[in-house]
Amino acid sequence: MSRDELRDLILTTIRQFTEMPETTALDETTRLFGDQTILDSLGLVSVLMDIEQQVNDQLNTSIVIADERAMSQQRSPFRSVGSLTDYVLLLTTEQTGA
Amino acid sequence: MALVTGSRKGIGKYLVERLLQQGYQVVGCSREAVDWELEGYWHHQTDVSDEDQVQALFDAIRKRYGRLDVTVNNAGVASMNHLLLTPVKTLDYVNAVNIRGTFLVTRASARLMRAHKFGRIINMSTIAVPLSLAGESIYVASKSAVEALTRVASRELADFGITVNAIGPTPIETDLIRNVPAAKIQELINQLAIKRLGQPEDVFNLVQFLIKPESSYITGQIIYLGGPL
Repeated sequence: MSRDELRDLILTTIRQFTEMPETTALDETTRLFGDQTILDSLGLVSVLMDIEQQVNDQLNTSIVIADERAMSQQRSPFRSVGSLTDYVLLLTTEQTGA
Repeated sequence: MALVTGSRKGIGKYLVERLLQQGYQVVGCSREAVDWELEGYWHHQTDVSDEDQVQALFDAIRKRYGRLDVTVNNAGVASMNHLLLTPVKTLDYVNAVNIRGTFLVTRASARLMRAHKFGRIINMSTIAVPLSLAGESIYVASKSAVEALTRVASRELADFGITVNAIGPTPIETDLIRNVPAAKIQELINQLAIKRLGQPEDVFNLVQFLIKPESSYITGQIIYLGGPL
């Protein structure tokens, strides 16, 4: 799965979860937690689980997005759509080698 | 669709049989293989304290059934020894199965259950916790942690339609108490309101109640059998 495809999967998942209309701006810079974000803490948990499941289903992997590495980073990989895309791509690449 | 951990023998096996009778499809697991088969039952050799093995178990459940409604975290080990004579390895082993195992299976269950906004997770504690039973420091400590996990998980999972409760059985005639002296068991029974050994049926009765759709407003509870302590 290319980075663009992965980003689109993440954006689609967020849109579906938040029932956000297509007209609402959502891109790589969209922040996922902190003040004035589109997800509350429970929403972020749900979206991360949904993304993890979809990625694992599509790529036949068993990545765990909220792993120790993610939790121990000074700058959370979950802070924005872009950083989350990079992190999930890293996890899938490590498992699939591609 | 129900999962019972520690299903090879004892209460776990009994719960499997009764859940099958209730029409559930049941997946069970234990570290060792089972020498029995039941229609509608699927066994996995899984060490619940091993994250990869638990992940593999749940991947298999999701692929085969696509859902999970009930989890009974029955797998557990006991240690009965004076604190002064308890090796630290015992602490690690008991905690690995009782705390780590319950955590891993609870986490994986909730991930699967949330898709259908319904789930019933039942953990196993023991009346040894409120009794602060001498000679069971590690076991009681680990089950106290299971009770705490139950209460916190009930709050964190409520929004997903998942309830988390725990059952605290009295001694039941199983392998778990096989090596406990009869006098010790009797001493314990004497502290109960209803002075008898528990039966697997007593546990299933409570399981049956907690997994009912109508029990959606009951969560974070630790229910001890045998009456007030």
